Amino acid sequence: MEIDDRAKDQTIREIVAEHGMIEGPLLPVLHAVQAEYGCVDEASIRTVAHALNLSRAEVHGVVSFYHDFRKLPEPRPILRLCRAEACQARGSEPLAAWAQARAGSRIAIETVYCLGLCSAGPNAMIGTDVHARLDRAALGELIDAL
Amino acid sequence: MTRVRISDDALAIACGADRVAARFAALGAEVERVSSWGMHWLEPLVEIDGIGFGPARPADVEAILAGTADALCIGPIADHPYIAGQTRLTFARAGKTRPLSLADYEATGGWKGLAAARALSADAIVDVLKRSGLRGRGGAGFPAGIKWDTVRQAAGPVKYIVCNADEGDSGTFADRMLMEGDPFCLVEGMAIAGLATGAGRGFVYIRSEYPHAIAKMRAAVRLAAPQIAPFEIEIRVGAGAYVCGEETSLLESLEGKRGEVRAKPPLPAHQGLFGKPTVINNVLTLAAVPFVLAEGAQAYADYGMGRSRGTMPVQLAGNIRFGGLYETAFGVTLGELVDAIGGGTASGRPIRAVQVGGPLGAYFPPSLFHTPFDYEAFAAADGLIGHGGVTVFDDSVDMAAQARFAFTFCAAESCGKCTPCRLGAVRGQETIDRVIAGDGNALTLVADLCETMKFGSLCALGGFTPYPVMSAITHFPEDFAAKAREQAA
Repeated sequence: MEIDDRAKDQTIREIVAEHGMIEGPLLPVLHAVQAEYGCVDEASIRTVAHALNLSRAEVHGVVSFYHDFRKLPEPRPILRLCRAEACQARGSEPLAAWAQARAGSRIAIETVYCLGLCSAGPNAMIGTDVHARLDRAALGELIDAL
Repeated sequence: MTRVRISDDALAIACGADRVAARFAALGAEVERVSSWGMHWLEPLVEIDGIGFGPARPADVEAILAGTADALCIGPIADHPYIAGQTRLTFARAGKTRPLSLADYEATGGWKGLAAARALSADAIVDVLKRSGLRGRGGAGFPAGIKWDTVRQAAGPVKYIVCNADEGDSGTFADRMLMEGDPFCLVEGMAIAGLATGAGRGFVYIRSEYPHAIAKMRAAVRLAAPQIAPFEIEIRVGAGAYVCGEETSLLESLEGKRGEVRAKPPLPAHQGLFGKPTVINNVLTLAAVPFVLAEGAQAYADYGMGRSRGTMPVQLAGNIRFGGLYETAFGVTLGELVDAIGGGTASGRPIRAVQVGGPLGAYFPPSLFHTPFDYEAFAAADGLIGHGGVTVFDDSVDMAAQARFAFTFCAAESCGKCTPCRLGAVRGQETIDRVIAGDGNALTLVADLCETMKFGSLCALGGFTPYPVMSAITHFPEDFAAKAREQAA
């Protein structure tokens, strides 16, 4: 193991230890790992599985089931645009196509189904920041600032 | 010094409330962050001595302070017809209190329900709940008192209270607003559920798309720990799976597994979280409980119609002029909600369709606007009220595209456990594509597939996807027929 890998293995074991006493710790652990490293990669899955006494298949199954968990890091800034029904009714579909063209490959524009701001769409989220009432001008500003 | 009240609800923040608040603070005003009144088109709504100004931008702040912002002034907020017309039992504190202030909570009747419950035996608490007629607000509408009674009578020292805060339905935000605006109310409701059933621990499973609600609930649970002891509550965060709003899938997720649906029976009330007897209720169900215990079963049951007792926090969403939260007794008609209260569309065009109950709810045409908001009346009209989300579409909507999206969404979110949902969603999308491409006969196949999904799926994701699809085909046939003709020509 390389030094970086050892450090990561150690950090993930500490994360698991922090959550070890709670019931059903896997999701909180995976959230913490992803917050630390931006993804839950194969090496992380191996460490988590070992530390929680689960099989790698079980952990892999959970990581791949949930939309939130990534197996590879996303180096680009991420903008999550809501494209569920309430935002569709307020014009999210043409806006999404426009945003994709505007952002090009510089920004990852991801689809999210509902941010709970359904009376004020189209809506988007960057990190934990939420933005409502988006039109081309407002969304363009967000994209350019990323 | 002028005291200014501005909401710190996520929707207000998304509309710029933080920048408006910062501007007031910079000009020397004392800013108090409160919950949202729920009049979303007016956010950020500024309140000074009970008078409202909205929607406010940072550039409006000086005029508001100088008393020259007449164009933004809506007069006394509490007297606004949108507020005055509501019956706010669950959302009684909305707009009025600071969400994490224990002092505000107590001053507005907080903990009265818990105190009343502590004076009662477990079966007496359950009896109050049964007599209130409260039904599960998550969508299924199962009587809450019966669920609690089942857990109360279940054997074993370890039981759990689980709050389903995985509010994934598009067009709904009442759970989010309650958790962000009045988190202690949910904490109190869960503590009462613990007393009624003998459960010592509770979990709130909140979707990860709600970071503001997660932060508020974590803080509230910490602050209220002494009030609810020995009952304990832990906040858990979902991971972006819509299907985890289904109760058994949520329990699997809480246990740290893939969010796959369980076959029922056994019911969660018998074998729920970690195999133990578990009450699993929606946020709005648990948040209605403190009122029921504090004011009595009859005070709650006095509202509503038929077997739908009490109030429903209706969420007016989509292309609607006056969108927001509207808590009212059951019985109001769909037309009153979207036309008289909601003011029609935001775009100013005619309403063509209204989807009630989220992505798995039926689309209603204006000819069905007389339908009263009531579990049974909506079922009789081949729809559902679900979690109370009402999403309005104007006449530019393409209903064939909406039907297709229902399948697309089901395919994206299916847990994969049962075949009708896993395969049916994909085949349904393909078959709708054939209809759109001009194959009119494929509609028969869609109807047939919907029958299979409705009766063969394990849970409501596959089982209810036929509602939006078939209602679009039934009520808006021209969108499907026209497509077929256009393509054939």
